[in-house]
Amino acid sequence: MSASFERGVDLLREVMDAPTAAYLSSCMSCGLCAHACLFYTETGDPKYTPIRKLEPLKRLWRQEFTLFGRLARLAGLARPLADADFARWSELVYDSCTLCGRCSMVCPVGNDIAAMIRKIREGLAIAGHAPKGLVDATRRTIEQGSPMGIKPPAFLKVVQHQRDDSGAEIPVDRAGSDYLVVMSSMEIVGSPEYLGALAKIFRQAGLTWTVSSTAYEATNSGIQIGVSDLAKQIVSRIVDAAETLGVKFVVSPECGHAYSALRWEGPNLIGRPYKFRVVHVLELIDELRRAGKLRTKGTFDEPVALHDPCQIVRRGGVVEQPGTLLKAVASKIRETEDQGMLNWCCCGGGGVSANHGAEALRIRVFTKKKSQIEKAGVAHLVTPCGNCRNVIEEALDHYGMKVEVHGLTELVGDHLDEGDAS
Amino acid sequence: MSAMQFLVWVRGPGLQWSVAILIAGVLLRMFEILSLGRRPDLSEPRTATRGSGWRTVVMRSIPPASVFRTAPALFILGYLFHLGLLASVALFVPHLELLRRILGLAWPGLPSPLVDAAALVALVALLMVLVYRLRDPVRRRLSTVEDYLVWALTFVPLATGYCAFHHLLLPYTAMLAVHILSVELLLAAVPFTKLSHAYTLLLARWYAGAIAARKGVVT
Repeated sequence: MSASFERGVDLLREVMDAPTAAYLSSCMSCGLCAHACLFYTETGDPKYTPIRKLEPLKRLWRQEFTLFGRLARLAGLARPLADADFARWSELVYDSCTLCGRCSMVCPVGNDIAAMIRKIREGLAIAGHAPKGLVDATRRTIEQGSPMGIKPPAFLKVVQHQRDDSGAEIPVDRAGSDYLVVMSSMEIVGSPEYLGALAKIFRQAGLTWTVSSTAYEATNSGIQIGVSDLAKQIVSRIVDAAETLGVKFVVSPECGHAYSALRWEGPNLIGRPYKFRVVHVLELIDELRRAGKLRTKGTFDEPVALHDPCQIVRRGGVVEQPGTLLKAVASKIRETEDQGMLNWCCCGGGGVSANHGAEALRIRVFTKKKSQIEKAGVAHLVTPCGNCRNVIEEALDHYGMKVEVHGLTELVGDHLDEGDAS
Repeated sequence: MSAMQFLVWVRGPGLQWSVAILIAGVLLRMFEILSLGRRPDLSEPRTATRGSGWRTVVMRSIPPASVFRTAPALFILGYLFHLGLLASVALFVPHLELLRRILGLAWPGLPSPLVDAAALVALVALLMVLVYRLRDPVRRRLSTVEDYLVWALTFVPLATGYCAFHHLLLPYTAMLAVHILSVELLLAAVPFTKLSHAYTLLLARWYAGAIAARKGVVT
């Protein structure tokens, strides 16, 4: 039995809390969660039933946290966890779960299965059973500042480009600004126009803001892989920069997992509340619109559908804003099946997109999204999440679908009424 | 032991033991869960969350239409079984008589033919649940010995109650004694099997609702 396996089991013991025990004690193995999970619905393989992905955690709970389980274990009637269990479960826990939390919305007894997957990843990661792609992404974030290896000079080049393209100022490291803008790697690499759009939005709203030359990256692969120590280190970079610059708000990128990491997990990782507030970029834009500080002009007139990112909507609480903002800038919005709180995942969240071993599976289960898009009959999809966007674009390519994917912030940026812009 | 002696035992010491195990077991399981505690959430809540846990406790019993459509059999059988069981247990006049004798409190029951029908509905639903569990790949893969044991522990009291009422299979006294014994086994098993969902479900739903509500999500 390896030392790292022991540490993994120890960590599972550590993350066992009252909600987890209540969830595990309540499961009736009804299997309804399977129908909520696209890894099951699209493959028909019952091994992907969400609650089953937690089997090692459930066994540990039973054997060590319940009287009967302890007696059974003492009597030799229960098989203790072994490293081989972790190895076998790695695929289920990392490759076939995007932490989208759709299962958590439907479980009849209320089990937050996604939250428990997040916990079991802690044990598997420390025991050495996290996928290589995620381990590498996390290492790059720690060593270079970004999971995609974007170093500060590269980021500053993106900033310069966006200044040139948008014609708006993008301050760097400006102390005393009200807002600090951070991005996700997918945005920096794949859709940097997000930053240009924000620059125009801030200019019109007349707010003071800045980016940081050290803390520009909000993607937290420490959380996706399940290593809280690293997750803490990654979020601390932003906290330090924000508190040094003295900003009042940190603007989370569209990226859903980055938002969850920064907004909901961050204070718990660093062990104290922030001295600033975290606001999701769509919350901010929506507020500015409502306050009359932002005016839009014209609309996008092709039929378009909205893909609600899981971590922003059902796991993040930014529920209404994506739809409201899209309505402001698009004229032909088509409904998709299950949109909103029960939307189907892009198939690549929760670290799956960084996990090369999961690529074939993620493309395969994209058939759910594909059918949603086809039924909506649109050639344009808007999604306020850089990762969703990238993952969806890849899968659309694979299936030869002619659908263009847009970010929502850029779409708003494109329709700003800049009549009096100076 | 004659049938009458058996009946006397199950109505006396048998009942006392099973209820004692049930109460001790429920308290133990609640302690096992609650003593684990949970870390305070240091993130700033989006909205006031008072009452949101309770909201989920209630509302999770009613699935959204699109969720219902994914597994209608599961929901229909689940409802039929639970409602049938509830009526058979808590609205059958002889059960209420027993309750009044022991606790001194009771409520109006349903006419026996209605309870009879409810028990039959619950029995048929349970049989169908078993078939579903055995035949459906997801259920079959998830199921362990415990799932089938718990099924039997639930089925036998309903079946023997039904047989006792209709004077089937065994002489009435013997069947009644078997019925009461099977209920006692069920009660004693509740805290130590997945039957504990009967009360830990309140905690599970409450936690899920309260945690999501901090984020501004209604679950």
